[in-house]
Amino acid sequence: MEQTVNNPAQASSAYNFAYLDEQTKRMIRRALLKAVAIPGYQVPFAGREMPMPYGWGTGGVQVTAAVIGPDDTLKVIDQGADDTTNAVSIRQFFAKTANVATTEKTAKASIIQTRHRIPEKELREDQILVYQVPIPEPLRFLEPRETETRKMHALEEYGLMHVKLYEDISRHGHIATTYAYPVMVNDRYVMDPSPTPKFDNPKMDMMAALQLFGAGREKRIYALPPYTKVKSLDFEDHPFEVQSWKDECGMCGATDSYLDEVILDDKGNRMFVCSDTDYCSERQDAGHRGPQHHDQPLGTSHSNGKAAE
Amino acid sequence: MTRSNEPLLRVSDLTMMYGDRVGCRNVSFELRPGEVLGIVGESGSGKSTLLRSISAQQEPTKGTVEYHTRIDGIRDVYQMSEAQRRLLMRTDWAFVHQNARDGLRMNVSAGANIGERLMAVGDRHYGNIRNAAENWLGKVEIATERLDDLPSTFSGGMQQRLQIARNLVTSPRLVFMDEPTGGLDVSVQARLLDLLRGLVHDLNLAVIIVTHDLAVARLLSHRLMVMQRGEVIESGLTDQVLDDPQHAYTQLLVSSILQN
Ligand SMILES: Nc1ncnc2c1ncn2[C@@H]1O[C@H](COP(=O)(O)OP(=O)(O)O)[C@@H](O)[C@H]1O
Ligand SMILES: [Mg+2]
Ligand SMILES: [Zn+2]
Repeated sequence: MEQTVNNPAQASSAYNFAYLDEQTKRMIRRALLKAVAIPGYQVPFAGREMPMPYGWGTGGVQVTAAVIGPDDTLKVIDQGADDTTNAVSIRQFFAKTANVATTEKTAKASIIQTRHRIPEKELREDQILVYQVPIPEPLRFLEPRETETRKMHALEEYGLMHVKLYEDISRHGHIATTYAYPVMVNDRYVMDPSPTPKFDNPKMDMMAALQLFGAGREKRIYALPPYTKVKSLDFEDHPFEVQSWKDECGMCGATDSYLDEVILDDKGNRMFVCSDTDYCSERQDAGHRGPQHHDQPLGTSHSNGKAAE
Repeated sequence: MTRSNEPLLRVSDLTMMYGDRVGCRNVSFELRPGEVLGIVGESGSGKSTLLRSISAQQEPTKGTVEYHTRIDGIRDVYQMSEAQRRLLMRTDWAFVHQNARDGLRMNVSAGANIGERLMAVGDRHYGNIRNAAENWLGKVEIATERLDDLPSTFSGGMQQRLQIARNLVTSPRLVFMDEPTGGLDVSVQARLLDLLRGLVHDLNLAVIIVTHDLAVARLLSHRLMVMQRGEVIESGLTDQVLDDPQHAYTQLLVSSILQN
């Protein structure tokens, strides 16, 4: 654990480049190639134990370990933020085991590993987005038998997905699923983007970047090659909709980003702020201001949150 | 009632072995549209085995099952691709299990249970699916206010009726039932049989119903097959078989019913 290595050839220390041995990485890459060849199809892989608990995204970590090279720049986000314990430790893990550069800037990253959000900034062809997935099987909730769900995928029997959405509407009056909202990939496979919020589903559609999904506990890998059609399932009379907020971001005034509610004090004051911290700070750096930005007195509410620029 | 002469189903020389043990042996018959066939016999005589083999749930050791499909005409059901077979099973066929829990999704509402087959064949209009479900709930005499309730809150008789509605929503032509009234109270049984009889008649359904209860068989079926040790030992029109049984075993069956 004392020495960092950035080259497989030098891998004589406690761990290999990016922790996994070369044979394991080759195995994962083969699974990835298959996944890319069949968009949305869940490819089983011989997942390895990683030096962290499953809940920490071992599937995503293994995928990142298999695709990362010494020249890559890694960004890790959890709920859109770069500074949570989970994101920080995964970033440190690769900084240490692969000696790669890390960044919090979406635009500077060549690989972005995420547990939850897709960055607000549009991704490019030279970037890879790696998702940490807890439950890869979208049919699981109604059909617990693995043999049966495999058959349903093979035969494109996806009626059950709509049973789930039907149930949502009959209970709540609308499709209440907000996370892990099922999508149809390339008109063929139904895929679970879990636990990404449905707000981000439209970003998956025709994305320029390669999207890779790794489920550690369930040992599955799936992928969306660049520019793949991704359609959220819905009903004709209950079309798919993304979440929207009445408020704007309290810090940067954004009205187009995914907002988290933040409790400000014990008097019940709260504000909404971009969950994508990089997006928010970049906007603030560019001079955008929301109603609760610190260079304005707290509590003054602006009908139009944009401060004079 | 229309009953064309073209058979809907043709079973030829069907045999199902469990290792050395006979499940059923050398069974052949034809079923016409709208015809109700009862399979009777004591426990262990091979009724369920035969039904499973006919209904594509258990491939027989020997023999064929041919079905007159809507699109492709007569097809051997075990020669179809799995996708075709599964589509047939959830559109043109229906299955009513003895235990409603085997035929229902207990963790979704009555409406979702009925709507499932519609969604499986591509219906994507929530309002239409819901209307169809509501309509079917009414047809099986369940209050439409129960549309959003879970089946687990239903009585045994209601669950059985829900199972029927869930199956009939795609207008199947052939229904398989294995002891559909088993385990229900006598009064609940009577109501269910009444409902089934009405539906079978109104929808011109062909039915193969397995039962050990000759009263049920008499009430529903046009024709009967009597099974003993895996073989069909007597068959014919229901009244004929029950009123004038030829085989000694059938005579015994009928007389034991009369004694009860
Ligand atoms: N899955 C099975 N494996 C082995 N033997 C079976 C199986 N199912 C049924 N049998 C045997 O086949 C015979 C017919 O059983 P079954 O079809 O269940 O009769 P029934 O429905 O008339 O009670 C019995 O001897 C039974 O023990
Ligand atoms: Mg039986
Ligand atoms: Zn912001």
